[in-house]
Amino acid sequence: MSFIDVKKVSFSYPAQEGKVAEPVLREVSLSIEQGEFVALLGHNGSGKSTLAKLFNGMLRPTSGRVTIDGRDTNDDAQTFEIRRRVGLVLQNPDNQLVASIVEEDVAFGPENIGIPPQEIRRRVDNALRDVDMYDYRLSAPHKLSGGQKQRIAIAGIIAMEPDCIVLDEPTAMLDPKGRQEVLSTIRRLNREKGITIILITHYMEEAALADRVVVMDDGQILLDGRPRQVFSQVELLKEHQMDVPQSTELVDQLRHRGIPLPQGILFPAECVAALEQQLKENIHR
Amino acid sequence: MVRDITLGQYVIAKSPLHRTDPRIKLVSLVLVIAFLFVANTFSGLAVMTALVLLGMCCSGVRISQYLRSLRAVIILVAFTSVFNLFYGTGDVLVQWGFLQITTGGIRTAIFVAVRILMMILASCVLTFTTSPNQLCDAMERLLKPLTYVKVPVHEIAMMMTIAIRFIPTLLEETDKIMSAQKARGADMESGGLISRAKALIPVLIPLFISSFRRAFDLAMAMEARCYNGGKGRTKLRVLQLQRADFIVLMIVLLFSAATLLLRIFVTNPWW
Repeated sequence: MSFIDVKKVSFSYPAQEGKVAEPVLREVSLSIEQGEFVALLGHNGSGKSTLAKLFNGMLRPTSGRVTIDGRDTNDDAQTFEIRRRVGLVLQNPDNQLVASIVEEDVAFGPENIGIPPQEIRRRVDNALRDVDMYDYRLSAPHKLSGGQKQRIAIAGIIAMEPDCIVLDEPTAMLDPKGRQEVLSTIRRLNREKGITIILITHYMEEAALADRVVVMDDGQILLDGRPRQVFSQVELLKEHQMDVPQSTELVDQLRHRGIPLPQGILFPAECVAALEQQLKENIHR
Repeated sequence: MVRDITLGQYVIAKSPLHRTDPRIKLVSLVLVIAFLFVANTFSGLAVMTALVLLGMCCSGVRISQYLRSLRAVIILVAFTSVFNLFYGTGDVLVQWGFLQITTGGIRTAIFVAVRILMMILASCVLTFTTSPNQLCDAMERLLKPLTYVKVPVHEIAMMMTIAIRFIPTLLEETDKIMSAQKARGADMESGGLISRAKALIPVLIPLFISSFRRAFDLAMAMEARCYNGGKGRTKLRVLQLQRADFIVLMIVLLFSAATLLLRIFVTNPWW
Protein backbone atom coordinates (compact mmCIF):
# COMPACT_ATOMS: atom_id res chain seq x y z
CA MET A 1 0.00 0.00 0.00
CA SER A 2 1.21 3.49 -0.80
CA PHE A 3 2.08 6.07 1.83
CA ILE A 4 -0.81 8.31 0.83
CA ASP A 5 -3.70 6.52 -0.75
CA VAL A 6 -6.68 8.42 -2.12
CA LYS A 7 -9.35 6.01 -3.32
CA LYS A 8 -12.32 7.17 -5.40
CA VAL A 9 -12.73 10.27 -3.32
CA SER A 10 -15.55 12.69 -3.96
CA PHE A 11 -16.06 15.82 -1.96
CA SER A 12 -18.60 18.60 -1.87
CA TYR A 13 -18.87 21.47 0.57
CA PRO A 14 -22.15 21.77 2.49
CA ALA A 15 -24.82 23.16 0.19
CA GLN A 16 -25.85 26.76 0.66
CA GLU A 17 -29.55 27.41 1.03
CA GLY A 18 -31.47 27.04 -2.18
CA LYS A 19 -28.50 25.65 -4.08
CA VAL A 20 -27.37 22.18 -4.98
CA ALA A 21 -23.91 21.28 -3.69
CA GLU A 22 -21.58 21.10 -6.65
CA PRO A 23 -18.95 18.42 -6.07
CA VAL A 24 -15.45 19.88 -5.84
CA LEU A 25 -13.76 16.51 -6.31
CA ARG A 26 -15.20 13.69 -8.39
CA GLU A 27 -13.97 10.15 -7.83
CA VAL A 28 -10.33 11.10 -7.52
CA SER A 29 -7.83 8.28 -7.04
CA LEU A 30 -4.18 9.00 -6.39
CA SER A 31 -1.35 7.32 -4.58
CA ILE A 32 1.83 8.95 -3.43
CA GLU A 33 4.91 7.07 -2.24
CA GLN A 34 7.20 8.01 0.64
CA GLY A 35 9.91 10.45 -0.48
CA GLU A 36 8.20 11.68 -3.61
CA PHE A 37 8.13 15.34 -4.63
CA VAL A 38 4.75 15.87 -6.24
CA ALA A 39 3.46 19.11 -7.71
CA LEU A 40 -0.30 19.47 -7.77
CA LEU A 41 -1.25 21.82 -10.54
CA GLY A 42 -4.53 23.37 -11.57
CA HIS A 43 -6.28 26.68 -11.86
CA ASN A 44 -8.69 28.19 -9.35
CA GLY A 45 -11.61 25.95 -8.58
CA SER A 46 -9.95 22.81 -9.91
CA GLY A 47 -10.15 21.23 -6.47
CA LYS A 48 -6.43 21.20 -5.69
CA SER A 49 -6.67 23.05 -2.38
CA THR A 50 -9.56 20.86 -1.29
CA LEU A 51 -7.49 17.80 -2.05
CA ALA A 52 -4.67 19.26 0.06
CA LYS A 53 -6.94 19.52 3.08
CA LEU A 54 -8.08 15.94 2.61
CA PHE A 55 -4.50 14.69 3.02
CA ASN A 56 -4.33 15.53 6.73
CA GLY A 57 -7.95 15.14 7.66
CA MET A 58 -8.78 18.84 7.85
CA LEU A 59 -11.58 17.83 5.49
CA ARG A 60 -13.07 14.37 5.20
CA PRO A 61 -14.23 12.81 1.93
CA THR A 62 -17.96 12.77 1.16
CA SER A 63 -17.37 9.36 -0.34
CA GLY A 64 -14.26 7.26 -0.85
CA ARG A 65 -11.28 6.86 1.45
CA VAL A 66 -8.04 8.66 2.22
CA THR A 67 -5.40 6.69 4.11
CA ILE A 68 -2.04 7.88 5.36
CA ASP A 69 0.32 4.97 5.91
CA GLY A 70 -2.73 2.78 6.43
CA ARG A 71 -4.50 5.19 8.80
CA ASP A 72 -7.94 6.29 7.67
CA THR A 73 -8.54 10.06 7.94
CA ASN A 74 -12.15 9.28 8.88
CA ASP A 75 -10.95 7.65 12.10
CA ASP A 76 -11.11 10.18 14.95
CA ALA A 77 -8.57 8.26 17.00
CA GLN A 78 -5.96 8.75 14.26
CA THR A 79 -6.54 12.48 13.66
CA PHE A 80 -3.58 13.75 15.66
CA GLU A 81 -1.17 11.11 14.46
CA ILE A 82 -2.15 11.91 10.88
CA ARG A 83 -1.74 15.65 11.40
CA ARG A 84 1.65 15.13 13.02
CA ARG A 85 2.83 13.04 10.09
CA VAL A 86 1.33 15.19 7.34
CA GLY A 87 2.06 18.87 7.95
CA LEU A 88 0.17 21.62 6.17
CA VAL A 89 1.67 24.98 5.16
CA LEU A 90 -0.79 27.62 3.99
CA GLN A 91 -0.55 30.45 1.51
CA ASN A 92 -0.38 33.49 3.77
CA PRO A 93 2.61 33.24 6.10
CA ASP A 94 1.21 35.96 8.38
CA ASN A 95 -1.92 33.99 9.19
CA GLN A 96 -0.27 30.80 10.34
CA LEU A 97 2.28 32.05 12.86
CA VAL A 98 0.98 31.91 16.41
CA ALA A 99 3.67 33.32 18.68
CA SER A 100 5.50 36.63 18.56
CA ILE A 101 8.94 35.07 18.90
CA VAL A 102 10.24 32.83 16.12
CA GLU A 103 11.44 29.93 18.26
CA GLU A 104 8.25 29.90 20.31
CA ASP A 105 6.24 29.66 17.14
CA VAL A 106 8.31 26.75 15.88
CA ALA A 107 7.78 25.08 19.27
CA PHE A 108 3.98 25.35 19.00
CA GLY A 109 3.47 22.03 17.20
CA PRO A 110 5.74 19.92 19.43
CA GLU A 111 4.18 21.56 22.50
CA ASN A 112 0.75 20.51 21.31
CA ILE A 113 1.73 16.88 20.99
CA GLY A 114 3.29 16.88 24.44
CA ILE A 115 7.00 16.45 23.68
CA PRO A 116 9.25 16.95 26.75
CA PRO A 117 10.89 20.43 26.93
CA GLN A 118 14.50 19.33 26.26
CA GLU A 119 13.41 17.42 23.19
CA ILE A 120 11.39 20.43 21.99
CA ARG A 121 14.52 22.58 22.32
CA ARG A 122 16.52 20.12 20.20
CA ARG A 123 13.83 19.88 17.54
CA VAL A 124 13.29 23.64 17.36
CA ASP A 125 17.00 24.30 16.92
CA ASN A 126 17.32 21.61 14.25
CA ALA A 127 14.21 22.75 12.39
CA LEU A 128 15.45 26.33 12.34
CA ARG A 129 18.82 25.18 11.00
CA ASP A 130 17.07 23.08 8.35
CA VAL A 131 15.32 26.16 6.95
CA ASP A 132 18.40 28.31 7.48
CA MET A 133 16.73 30.66 9.97
CA TYR A 134 18.61 29.75 13.15
CA ASP A 135 20.10 33.24 13.47
CA TYR A 136 16.61 34.71 13.64
CA ARG A 137 15.34 32.44 16.42
CA LEU A 138 14.70 35.32 18.82
CA SER A 139 13.27 37.77 16.27
CA ALA A 140 9.66 38.86 16.00
CA PRO A 141 7.89 37.42 12.92
CA HIS A 142 6.50 40.80 11.84
CA LYS A 143 10.04 42.05 11.29
CA LEU A 144 10.87 39.29 8.80
CA SER A 145 10.32 39.18 5.04
CA GLY A 146 7.57 37.07 3.48
CA GLY A 147 10.00 34.37 2.39
CA GLN A 148 11.53 34.21 5.86
CA LYS A 149 8.10 33.98 7.51
CA GLN A 150 7.13 31.17 5.20
CA ARG A 151 10.35 29.32 6.09
CA ILE A 152 9.45 29.74 9.77
CA ALA A 153 6.05 28.22 9.03
CA ILE A 154 7.84 25.29 7.38
CA ALA A 155 10.18 24.95 10.38
CA GLY A 156 7.10 24.80 12.63
CA ILE A 157 5.97 21.77 10.65
CA ILE A 158 9.41 20.10 10.51
CA ALA A 159 9.67 20.34 14.31
CA MET A 160 6.84 17.81 14.51
CA GLU A 161 9.08 15.46 12.50
CA PRO A 162 6.52 14.71 9.81
CA ASP A 163 6.85 12.22 6.96
CA CYS A 164 5.15 14.54 4.53
CA ILE A 165 4.59 18.27 4.07
CA VAL A 166 1.69 19.58 2.03
CA LEU A 167 2.20 23.17 0.89
CA ASP A 168 -0.87 25.00 -0.39
CA GLU A 169 0.44 27.68 -2.75
CA PRO A 170 3.22 28.67 -0.35
CA THR A 171 4.78 31.15 -2.73
CA ALA A 172 1.68 32.91 -4.05
CA MET A 173 2.16 35.95 -1.81
CA LEU A 174 5.94 36.18 -2.00
CA ASP A 175 8.31 38.24 -4.09
CA PRO A 176 10.68 36.42 -6.48
CA LYS A 177 13.47 36.28 -3.91
CA GLY A 178 11.19 34.86 -1.20
CA ARG A 179 9.81 32.36 -3.69
CA GLN A 180 13.31 31.17 -4.51
CA GLU A 181 14.17 30.79 -0.81
CA VAL A 182 11.08 28.74 -0.10
CA LEU A 183 11.46 26.52 -3.16
CA SER A 184 15.10 25.70 -2.50
CA THR A 185 14.23 24.92 1.13
CA ILE A 186 11.48 22.53 0.05
CA ARG A 187 13.76 20.83 -2.44
CA ARG A 188 16.52 20.42 0.12
CA LEU A 189 14.13 18.90 2.64
CA ASN A 190 13.01 16.43 0.03
CA ARG A 191 16.50 15.49 -1.15
CA GLU A 192 18.35 15.44 2.15
CA LYS A 193 15.73 14.31 4.63
CA GLY A 194 13.53 12.27 2.34
CA ILE A 195 10.42 14.15 3.39
CA THR A 196 7.54 13.63 0.99
CA ILE A 197 6.54 16.96 -0.53
CA ILE A 198 3.20 17.80 -2.06
CA LEU A 199 3.47 21.27 -3.57
CA ILE A 200 0.24 22.85 -4.69
CA THR A 201 0.84 25.67 -7.10
CA HIS A 202 -0.35 27.39 -10.19
CA TYR A 203 3.13 28.40 -11.29
CA MET A 204 4.24 26.05 -14.04
CA GLU A 205 7.91 26.85 -13.39
CA GLU A 206 7.57 25.59 -9.82
CA ALA A 207 5.80 22.43 -10.90
CA ALA A 208 8.69 21.70 -13.27
CA LEU A 209 10.98 21.28 -10.25
CA ALA A 210 9.04 18.28 -8.94
CA ASP A 211 9.62 14.61 -9.70
CA ARG A 212 6.00 14.17 -10.61
CA VAL A 213 3.27 16.54 -11.75
CA VAL A 214 -0.42 15.90 -11.19
CA VAL A 215 -2.70 18.23 -13.12
CA MET A 216 -6.20 18.76 -11.73
CA ASP A 217 -9.10 20.12 -13.71
CA ASP A 218 -12.71 20.42 -12.70
CA GLY A 219 -12.40 18.08 -9.74
CA GLN A 220 -10.62 15.35 -11.61
CA ILE A 221 -7.07 14.36 -12.43
CA LEU A 222 -6.28 15.37 -15.98
CA LEU A 223 -2.65 14.32 -16.23
CA ASP A 224 -0.21 12.52 -13.97
CA GLY A 225 3.41 11.89 -14.83
CA ARG A 226 6.96 13.20 -14.93
CA PRO A 227 7.20 16.93 -15.67
CA ARG A 228 8.60 16.32 -19.16
CA GLN A 229 5.78 13.97 -20.07
CA VAL A 230 3.10 16.24 -18.67
CA PHE A 231 4.35 19.46 -20.18
CA SER A 232 4.88 17.95 -23.60
CA GLN A 233 1.07 17.74 -23.85
CA VAL A 234 0.90 21.42 -24.68
CA GLU A 235 -2.32 21.13 -26.70
CA LEU A 236 -4.25 19.28 -24.01
CA LEU A 237 -3.13 21.71 -21.31
CA LYS A 238 -4.11 24.71 -23.43
CA GLU A 239 -7.48 23.14 -24.08
CA HIS A 240 -8.08 23.25 -20.32
CA GLN A 241 -6.94 26.87 -20.05
CA MET A 242 -3.62 26.00 -18.54
CA ASP A 243 -0.17 27.28 -19.31
CA VAL A 244 3.07 25.43 -19.72
CA PRO A 245 6.45 26.81 -18.58
CA GLN A 246 7.55 29.71 -20.78
CA SER A 247 10.49 27.82 -22.24
CA THR A 248 8.25 24.90 -23.15
CA GLU A 249 5.80 27.28 -24.78
CA LEU A 250 8.49 28.99 -26.83
CA VAL A 251 9.96 25.71 -28.04
CA ASP A 252 6.49 24.42 -28.86
CA GLN A 253 5.65 27.46 -30.99
CA LEU A 254 8.97 27.22 -32.82
CA ARG A 255 8.30 23.53 -33.50
CA HIS A 256 4.97 24.49 -35.03
CA ARG A 257 6.84 26.80 -37.38
CA GLY A 258 8.86 23.83 -38.52
CA ILE A 259 12.02 24.43 -36.53
CA PRO A 260 13.29 21.02 -35.39
CA LEU A 261 13.69 21.37 -31.63
CA PRO A 262 13.42 18.55 -29.07
CA GLN A 263 10.18 18.10 -27.14
CA GLY A 264 9.82 18.31 -23.35
CA ILE A 265 12.03 21.30 -22.61
CA LEU A 266 11.24 22.78 -19.18
CA PHE A 267 13.91 25.20 -18.07
CA PRO A 268 15.35 28.38 -19.65
CA ALA A 269 18.87 26.95 -19.64
CA GLU A 270 17.78 23.90 -21.63
CA CYS A 271 15.88 26.13 -24.02
CA VAL A 272 18.92 28.33 -24.59
CA ALA A 273 21.14 25.30 -25.19
CA ALA A 274 18.69 23.82 -27.71
CA LEU A 275 18.37 27.10 -29.58
CA GLU A 276 22.14 27.52 -29.64
CA GLN A 277 22.54 24.05 -31.05
CA GLN A 278 19.92 24.80 -33.68
CA LEU A 279 21.60 28.07 -34.71
CA LYS A 280 24.99 26.36 -35.03
CA GLU A 281 23.50 23.72 -37.32
CA ASN A 282 21.92 26.45 -39.44
CA ILE A 283 25.24 28.22 -39.88
CA HIS A 284 26.96 25.00 -40.93
CA ARG A 285 24.33 24.42 -43.57
CA MET B 1 4.97 55.10 10.84
CA VAL B 2 3.63 51.74 11.88
CA ARG B 3 6.74 49.86 10.87
CA ASP B 4 8.88 50.73 13.83
CA ILE B 5 6.50 49.97 16.67
CA THR B 6 7.95 47.75 19.33
CA LEU B 7 5.73 45.30 21.07
CA GLY B 8 4.98 46.38 24.58
CA GLN B 9 8.08 48.08 25.84
CA TYR B 10 10.40 45.14 26.17
CA VAL B 11 14.05 46.16 25.97
CA ILE B 12 16.42 43.41 24.89
CA ALA B 13 19.32 43.38 27.35
CA LYS B 14 21.18 41.11 29.72
CA SER B 15 20.53 42.04 33.32
CA PRO B 16 19.78 40.26 36.59
CA LEU B 17 16.14 41.31 36.30
CA HIS B 18 15.87 40.04 32.73
CA ARG B 19 16.90 36.64 34.01
CA THR B 20 14.47 36.69 36.91
CA ASP B 21 11.42 34.44 36.68
CA PRO B 22 8.49 36.48 35.29
CA ARG B 23 6.19 35.12 38.01
CA ILE B 24 8.46 36.57 40.69
CA LYS B 25 8.55 39.89 38.87
CA LEU B 26 4.77 39.97 38.56
CA VAL B 27 4.26 39.14 42.24
CA SER B 28 6.91 41.71 43.18
CA LEU B 29 5.13 44.42 41.22
CA VAL B 30 1.88 43.66 43.02
CA LEU B 31 3.71 43.82 46.37
CA VAL B 32 5.43 47.10 45.50
CA ILE B 33 2.16 48.76 44.49
CA ALA B 34 0.38 47.47 47.60
CA PHE B 35 3.11 48.65 49.95
CA LEU B 36 3.36 52.06 48.29
CA PHE B 37 -0.11 52.49 49.77
CA VAL B 38 0.74 50.80 53.06
CA ALA B 39 3.49 53.40 53.53
CA ASN B 40 2.00 56.34 55.38
CA THR B 41 5.24 57.80 56.67
CA PHE B 42 7.92 59.65 54.74
CA SER B 43 10.48 57.09 55.85
CA GLY B 44 8.29 54.25 54.58
CA LEU B 45 7.79 56.05 51.27
CA ALA B 46 11.56 56.51 51.06
CA VAL B 47 12.09 52.78 51.62
CA MET B 48 9.72 51.86 48.78
CA THR B 49 11.25 54.52 46.53
CA ALA B 50 14.68 53.06 47.25
CA LEU B 51 13.36 49.62 46.28
CA VAL B 52 11.99 50.89 42.96
CA LEU B 53 15.26 52.73 42.24
CA LEU B 54 17.17 49.56 43.05
CA GLY B 55 14.99 47.70 40.57
CA MET B 56 15.68 50.32 37.93
CA CYS B 57 19.42 50.02 38.51
CA CYS B 58 19.26 46.22 38.14
CA SER B 59 17.18 46.33 34.96
CA GLY B 60 19.99 47.15 32.53
CA VAL B 61 17.77 49.81 30.95
CA ARG B 62 18.93 53.41 30.59
CA ILE B 63 17.43 56.04 32.88
CA SER B 64 16.47 58.13 29.85
CA GLN B 65 14.16 55.33 28.78
CA TYR B 66 12.35 55.52 32.12
CA LEU B 67 12.14 59.29 31.94
CA ARG B 68 10.59 59.02 28.49
CA SER B 69 7.78 56.84 29.80
CA LEU B 70 7.17 59.34 32.62
CA ARG B 71 6.80 62.20 30.15
CA ALA B 72 3.29 61.17 29.16
CA VAL B 73 1.98 61.18 32.73
CA ILE B 74 3.89 64.08 34.21
CA ILE B 75 1.02 66.52 33.57
CA LEU B 76 -1.44 64.18 35.26
CA VAL B 77 0.86 63.83 38.25
CA ALA B 78 1.40 67.58 38.47
CA PHE B 79 -2.32 68.26 38.20
CA THR B 80 -3.33 65.77 40.90
CA SER B 81 -0.68 66.88 43.35
CA VAL B 82 -1.42 70.60 42.85
CA PHE B 83 -5.09 69.80 43.33
CA ASN B 84 -4.29 67.95 46.53
CA LEU B 85 -2.16 70.86 47.71
CA PHE B 86 -5.31 72.92 48.30
CA TYR B 87 -7.34 70.08 49.64
CA GLY B 88 -5.84 69.27 53.01
CA THR B 89 -6.38 70.02 56.61
CA GLY B 90 -3.82 71.19 59.16
CA ASP B 91 -1.97 74.45 59.81
CA VAL B 92 -2.75 77.05 57.19
CA LEU B 93 0.44 78.30 55.52
CA VAL B 94 -0.90 80.47 52.70
CA GLN B 95 -4.38 81.88 52.36
CA TRP B 96 -5.53 83.26 49.00
CA GLY B 97 -9.21 83.93 48.72
CA PHE B 98 -11.00 80.67 49.37
CA LEU B 99 -7.86 78.72 48.45
CA GLN B 100 -5.50 77.75 51.19
CA ILE B 101 -2.37 75.70 51.37
CA THR B 102 -2.04 73.66 54.54
CA THR B 103 0.70 71.45 55.93
CA GLY B 104 -1.59 68.49 55.45
CA GLY B 105 -2.11 69.52 51.83
CA ILE B 106 1.61 69.58 51.18
CA ARG B 107 1.96 66.19 52.76
CA THR B 108 -0.78 64.59 50.62
CA ALA B 109 0.54 66.29 47.50
CA ILE B 110 3.97 64.73 48.01
CA PHE B 111 2.49 61.32 48.82
CA VAL B 112 0.22 61.29 45.77
CA ALA B 113 2.99 62.40 43.40
CA VAL B 114 5.56 59.92 44.71
CA ARG B 115 3.08 57.03 44.75
CA ILE B 116 1.97 57.57 41.15
CA LEU B 117 5.51 58.07 39.89
CA MET B 118 6.79 54.98 41.69
CA MET B 119 3.89 52.84 40.48
CA ILE B 120 4.63 53.81 36.90
CA LEU B 121 8.38 53.28 37.28
CA ALA B 122 7.84 49.90 38.94
CA SER B 123 5.52 48.80 36.13
CA CYS B 124 8.15 49.94 33.66
CA VAL B 125 10.78 47.83 35.39
CA LEU B 126 8.51 44.83 34.78
CA THR B 127 7.56 45.60 31.17
CA PHE B 128 11.09 46.65 30.17
CA THR B 129 12.61 43.42 31.43
CA THR B 130 9.85 40.96 30.56
CA SER B 131 8.60 40.13 27.05
CA PRO B 132 4.83 40.11 26.53
CA ASN B 133 4.99 36.37 25.96
CA GLN B 134 6.76 35.77 29.24
CA LEU B 135 4.12 37.89 30.94
CA CYS B 136 1.33 35.81 29.41
CA ASP B 137 3.13 32.69 30.47
CA ALA B 138 3.59 33.97 34.01
CA MET B 139 -0.08 34.89 34.26
CA GLU B 140 -1.13 31.50 32.97
CA ARG B 141 0.98 29.80 35.67
CA LEU B 142 -0.07 32.12 38.46
CA LEU B 143 -3.78 31.83 37.62
CA LYS B 144 -3.63 28.07 37.15
CA PRO B 145 -5.48 27.35 40.41
CA LEU B 146 -8.48 29.12 38.88
CA THR B 147 -8.95 26.25 36.42
CA TYR B 148 -10.50 24.37 39.32
CA VAL B 149 -13.32 26.89 39.40
CA LYS B 150 -13.77 26.48 35.62
CA VAL B 151 -11.92 29.62 34.53
CA PRO B 152 -10.45 28.84 31.08
CA VAL B 153 -6.97 30.06 32.03
CA HIS B 154 -5.12 28.40 29.15
CA GLU B 155 -7.59 29.76 26.59
CA ILE B 156 -7.31 33.28 27.99
CA ALA B 157 -3.51 33.11 27.88
CA MET B 158 -3.64 31.77 24.30
CA MET B 159 -5.94 34.61 23.28
CA MET B 160 -3.56 37.13 24.78
CA THR B 161 -0.59 35.57 22.99
CA ILE B 162 -2.41 35.67 19.66
CA ALA B 163 -3.60 39.23 20.23
CA ILE B 164 -0.04 40.33 20.90
CA ARG B 165 1.18 38.48 17.85
CA PHE B 166 -1.39 40.11 15.54
CA ILE B 167 -1.16 43.72 16.73
CA PRO B 168 1.66 44.65 14.32
CA THR B 169 0.07 42.65 11.49
CA LEU B 170 -3.23 44.49 11.86
CA LEU B 171 -1.52 47.86 12.19
CA GLU B 172 0.35 47.22 8.99
CA GLU B 173 -2.89 46.28 7.31
CA THR B 174 -4.62 49.44 8.59
CA ASP B 175 -1.83 51.44 7.07
CA LYS B 176 -2.28 49.68 3.74
CA ILE B 177 -6.05 50.12 3.67
CA MET B 178 -5.71 53.80 4.58
CA SER B 179 -3.27 54.32 1.72
CA ALA B 180 -5.62 52.50 -0.64
CA GLN B 181 -8.57 54.64 0.41
CA LYS B 182 -6.53 57.83 0.21
CA ALA B 183 -5.42 56.86 -3.29
CA ARG B 184 -9.11 56.79 -4.20
CA GLY B 185 -9.58 60.26 -2.83
CA ALA B 186 -10.72 59.56 0.71
CA ASP B 187 -10.12 62.51 3.00
CA MET B 188 -9.08 61.48 6.49
CA GLU B 189 -7.23 64.47 7.83
CA SER B 190 -9.62 67.39 7.57
CA GLY B 191 -12.96 68.20 9.12
CA GLY B 192 -14.22 67.99 12.64
CA LEU B 193 -14.20 65.08 15.00
CA ILE B 194 -17.42 63.57 13.65
CA SER B 195 -16.50 63.74 9.99
CA ARG B 196 -13.09 62.28 10.78
CA ALA B 197 -14.67 59.42 12.69
CA LYS B 198 -16.98 58.84 9.72
CA ALA B 199 -13.97 58.76 7.41
CA LEU B 200 -12.65 55.81 9.42
CA ILE B 201 -15.60 53.58 8.50
CA PRO B 202 -14.23 52.65 5.05
CA VAL B 203 -11.01 51.66 6.82
CA LEU B 204 -12.58 49.67 9.62
CA ILE B 205 -14.92 47.56 7.52
CA PRO B 206 -12.24 46.00 5.27
CA LEU B 207 -10.04 45.58 8.33
CA PHE B 208 -12.82 43.76 10.11
CA ILE B 209 -13.51 41.44 7.19
CA SER B 210 -9.87 40.59 6.68
CA SER B 211 -9.47 39.89 10.41
CA PHE B 212 -12.14 37.24 10.12
CA ARG B 213 -10.38 35.71 7.16
CA ARG B 214 -7.13 35.71 9.13
CA ALA B 215 -8.90 34.09 12.08
CA PHE B 216 -10.20 31.26 9.88
CA ASP B 217 -6.74 30.71 8.42
CA LEU B 218 -5.08 30.78 11.82
CA ALA B 219 -7.60 28.34 13.28
CA MET B 220 -6.90 25.97 10.42
CA ALA B 221 -3.12 26.34 10.77
CA MET B 222 -3.36 25.72 14.52
CA GLU B 223 -5.51 22.64 14.06
CA ALA B 224 -3.18 21.35 11.37
CA ARG B 225 -0.40 21.69 13.97
CA CYS B 226 -2.29 19.41 16.35
CA TYR B 227 -3.63 22.14 18.65
CA ASN B 228 -6.20 20.68 20.99
CA GLY B 229 -6.55 23.21 23.79
CA GLY B 230 -4.35 23.07 26.85
CA LYS B 231 -4.75 19.35 27.47
CA GLY B 232 -1.50 17.38 27.49
CA ARG B 233 0.44 20.40 26.29
CA THR B 234 4.11 20.84 27.18
CA LYS B 235 6.20 23.98 26.97
CA LEU B 236 9.48 24.87 25.28
CA ARG B 237 10.46 27.02 28.21
CA VAL B 238 9.66 25.63 31.61
CA LEU B 239 9.52 28.25 34.31
CA GLN B 240 11.63 27.02 37.17
CA LEU B 241 12.48 29.04 40.22
CA GLN B 242 16.22 29.48 40.76
CA ARG B 243 18.05 30.68 43.85
CA ALA B 244 18.40 34.15 42.32
CA ASP B 245 14.60 34.35 42.03
CA PHE B 246 14.20 33.72 45.73
CA ILE B 247 16.80 36.38 46.47
CA VAL B 248 14.81 38.92 44.43
CA LEU B 249 11.64 37.96 46.27
CA MET B 250 13.42 38.16 49.64
CA ILE B 251 14.68 41.68 48.87
CA VAL B 252 11.18 42.84 47.94
CA LEU B 253 9.71 41.24 51.06
CA LEU B 254 12.41 42.81 53.23
CA PHE B 255 11.67 46.32 51.98
CA SER B 256 7.94 45.72 52.31
CA ALA B 257 8.34 44.49 55.87
CA ALA B 258 10.40 47.57 56.73
CA THR B 259 7.61 49.78 55.35
CA LEU B 260 5.04 47.92 57.41
CA LEU B 261 7.13 48.29 60.59
CA LEU B 262 7.58 52.01 59.93
CA ARG B 263 3.81 52.38 59.58
CA ILE B 264 3.26 50.67 62.91
CA PHE B 265 6.00 52.30 64.98
CA VAL B 266 6.52 55.79 63.55
CA THR B 267 3.95 58.26 64.84
CA ASN B 268 5.50 61.59 63.88
CA PRO B 269 3.72 62.55 60.61
CA TRP B 270 6.82 64.32 59.26
CA TRP B 271 9.13 61.37 59.60
